[in-house]
Amino acid sequence: MFEVPGLGDLNVAATLPVTSLVLGTCILLIVDLFVPTDRKHITAWLAALGIGVLLVLALLALGEITEFGDGEEAFSGMFVADAFTDMINVIALITALLGVMVAYNYLERTGIQRGEYYVLLLFATAGVMFMGAAGDLVVVFVALELLSIPLYILSGFRRPQEASEESALKYFLLGAFASGFLVYGIALIYGATGTTNLHDIWQAAGDIVAGHKSGRFLLLGGAGLALVGLGFKVAAVPFHMWTPDVYQGAPTPVVAYMSVAAKAGGFAAMARVLASGLSNFALDPGEAAVWQDTVWLLAILTMLLGNVVAIVQTDLKRLLAYSSIAHAGYILIAVAAAGTAAVADEAVQSVAIYLMAYALTNVGAFAVIVAVERDDATNTGLDSMRGLANARPWLAAAMALFMFSLTGIPLTAGFVGKWFVFKAALAADLIPAAVVGVVTSLVSAFYYLRIVWLMYFEESEVEVSTPWPLAWAIGVASVGTLLLGMLPYILTDMVREITLAFGG
Amino acid sequence: MEDISLVTVVFMLPLLGALPLIFVRNLTHQTIRWLALGVSLATFGLSLLLVKNFDTAVAGLQMVQKWDWISGGNFTIRYYVGVDGISLWLVLLTTFIMPLAILASFGPIKERVRLYYIFLLLMEWAMIGVFVAQDLFLFYIFWEVTLVPMYFLIGIWGAEDRIYAAVKFFLYTMAGSLLMLLAILWLGNEAGTFSLPDIIARLNSGDLSFSTATGRWLFLAFGIAFAIKVPMWPLHSWLPDAHVQAPTAGSVILAGVLLKMGTYGFVRFNLPLFPEASKTFAPYIAVLAVIGIIYGAWVSYGQKDVKKLVAYSSISHLGFVMLGIFALNSSGIEGSILQMVNHGISTGGLFLMVGMLYERRHTKLMSAFGGIWNAMPLYSGISLVIVLSSMGLPGLNGFVGEFTILLGSANSEQFSMWFTAAAAVGIILAAVYMLYMFNTVFMGALDKDENKNLPDLNWQEAWSLVPILVMVLVIGLQAGYFFDFMDGSVKQLIDQVNATVVAAAGQ
Repeated sequence: MFEVPGLGDLNVAATLPVTSLVLGTCILLIVDLFVPTDRKHITAWLAALGIGVLLVLALLALGEITEFGDGEEAFSGMFVADAFTDMINVIALITALLGVMVAYNYLERTGIQRGEYYVLLLFATAGVMFMGAAGDLVVVFVALELLSIPLYILSGFRRPQEASEESALKYFLLGAFASGFLVYGIALIYGATGTTNLHDIWQAAGDIVAGHKSGRFLLLGGAGLALVGLGFKVAAVPFHMWTPDVYQGAPTPVVAYMSVAAKAGGFAAMARVLASGLSNFALDPGEAAVWQDTVWLLAILTMLLGNVVAIVQTDLKRLLAYSSIAHAGYILIAVAAAGTAAVADEAVQSVAIYLMAYALTNVGAFAVIVAVERDDATNTGLDSMRGLANARPWLAAAMALFMFSLTGIPLTAGFVGKWFVFKAALAADLIPAAVVGVVTSLVSAFYYLRIVWLMYFEESEVEVSTPWPLAWAIGVASVGTLLLGMLPYILTDMVREITLAFGG
Repeated sequence: MEDISLVTVVFMLPLLGALPLIFVRNLTHQTIRWLALGVSLATFGLSLLLVKNFDTAVAGLQMVQKWDWISGGNFTIRYYVGVDGISLWLVLLTTFIMPLAILASFGPIKERVRLYYIFLLLMEWAMIGVFVAQDLFLFYIFWEVTLVPMYFLIGIWGAEDRIYAAVKFFLYTMAGSLLMLLAILWLGNEAGTFSLPDIIARLNSGDLSFSTATGRWLFLAFGIAFAIKVPMWPLHSWLPDAHVQAPTAGSVILAGVLLKMGTYGFVRFNLPLFPEASKTFAPYIAVLAVIGIIYGAWVSYGQKDVKKLVAYSSISHLGFVMLGIFALNSSGIEGSILQMVNHGISTGGLFLMVGMLYERRHTKLMSAFGGIWNAMPLYSGISLVIVLSSMGLPGLNGFVGEFTILLGSANSEQFSMWFTAAAAVGIILAAVYMLYMFNTVFMGALDKDENKNLPDLNWQEAWSLVPILVMVLVIGLQAGYFFDFMDGSVKQLIDQVNATVVAAAGQ
């Protein structure tokens, strides 16, 4: 029968960053009840403060200066606290901090300053962190819901504005559908292996592959369905349909946060499930993992569709939505590369590098849109960028930097991300995916450059508001983008210890 | 802490100089201009020390700086810079051209002055970076970064079709470099390092090798990137747009330095890394080069616009450089390196000249001029020397380069005599279009009223042309001095190319 583990065996301390986030958020939810409606900045400050403290803790853990708990496992293998967990924690917390800063004045001026916003954002962040730490498929699922449900609500935060409500509903319906896929996938994997623990799945998969057991078809079905569910979260083609509408309709600060958080969470979980649990699930022992071909084909489709469709967009939010689809494609290449055992570590590290680079750059780009957007949610077209360089040189310089980073021009974080992703792809012999990757980067240069040329080469009157929290968010994001681009060893050092493959 | 190499100082100075322009508030336009000029002159001054400290007896890299920068499980990326006989004169060309480009911008650039000079200095930084980088990662960074300031220079301060030209320039050149990126990554994965000298050493020792087919694919991946930059016919279509639309300083930098990044790339990377492929492809490249020589000259002759004429003439001149490189012998390659410098100086001068005319008349059509010599004797006299240098008159710099290249081409094992013969026709055509232009613009009667009162050169314009005049004569008369610096490195390069091929054939 079940043995009830003692509290000491659970190794709760290892989960400190995320559990204290959850606890703190619950407390904040109650505190917020007592904060008067016109002084909601207190809630925002408390949220930012909490994130700040946790970010410091997460960075300490990542730098191996302090270690929480004892060993890498907690809650009997449900929770994994390794270098990958630490890295995802840092990415999630930075995104959350920037998310709060970007949102604060926007909520104020559009009259939706409510405390729940920050609470929901923190819960979603906890979801991302749990996904990065999942050692069990059940945790993956619960974390996914913890991430998704707050995001559904946040998308509709601007009710009664129709676009916002529509985006929330659309996101919710399709998201629920995708969760169904994931659950079904988990069920099939359980059916094949008799466990939901990733390490045990890995062992069972090894036996199944070695023995050519019929369970592999069940496992294949399970892996495929799980991939669909996670592919939805990261907006991979053909599960991307929701992205443009949701990004366009949801309040811009929400999109700034969501575009990164959902991707970080989705890819963290994908890395855990595929590169950890199913890493040895091949047709024959020693071959590349069976999901590798599927993933790189998805990557190619995602890069092509995202980049090509982005060219014709006239709305900035929609354009960045397609661009975020495209970037999911680049990360998928790295995920596919992780299917080759010899490259697995390098590939997973490049996923983490790319996510970090993408987080800073993309939140920054959306923050600039927040600055030009009017109170009635208009002026998010490409035209809103026209003439920005003359009126606001630093803001335009930051936006140009973000655009170059998204294109992958050197001396920006985006280039470092692409460099390592393509490097992993070539090491795993995924040459077609790498070639499509660089060709679509060229396509993307066109629409990113168009934003730069509107800002710099054309003249127009502009009206921009950058209150200090927003300005600081843009500043932090741009300095980070530039710094990580000029000193890439910061990134490589951060991910050096990451390894997801099980050994022995 | 290790000593900081002079190369690093020369390389980083323009960036440091750009910082006050970026961060210090309330600078007057005049301060900004002089600051930029001062920085570029200081860079030039220090780069002269490179020549002074250069040891011609050493074939390999000198004044090297090597720091580990990024390291992962199975690779290292270094900050690795240095100069050798191949890159030395190109660094000097860059530092020489920049002050002239800056000085020539004093008058014409009146809007967004601060941004303009920031981009010029960043441009200089990136271009020097391309020539001194010895690590593939570092090289690729600066190779791509040069696109950014030039994109802005063309797009903000260019002529009517500036946006089209800027975007075309950016996308066209980026298209080539992306395949090179994959080739670099592939090489790095195989070698476990991105340092070029290490990779070449491992290739030569047989420690690292790849199949003939792989070598050829990699050659093409690098080669297309460089061929677009050169530009080789038929990949040249970005050039007329970019050169014509760019502001004067932009055209000077484009023609003077940027194009050389392409030809330099062939010498620095393609030849030593893929010797077998270089030999195999040499005749094909020579055909394209000769087509480029004739085509460029032919189209130049057909232009009505002076700036377009000069732009197309670059295609022709760079054809010679390509021909010399793939002759794969020492006179071919040394001639090419010198011709890169020559072309930078003469064509840089021609674009400055055109810019000065445009400032006065706001047109670049040849038909708008005629008899300018009578109105602007000083300007016209200097122009004549530059035009003659560009068409390769003996005694001036262009002649030495072209002659040495033809010598190399005639002696080349790879080429048939026809290539040399056809290229020689290009020299005659150059005389035709250049003299035709000179005749239409400067000679004859001063019959148009608008031209009668054109002021002659002001001091900034004169001082931006005089150094060019000096270098045209110095290189023309003392070319041996310049060749001496190249001998060791070029000989080593050719030995590498031949040795590896012999080794491959012996197996």
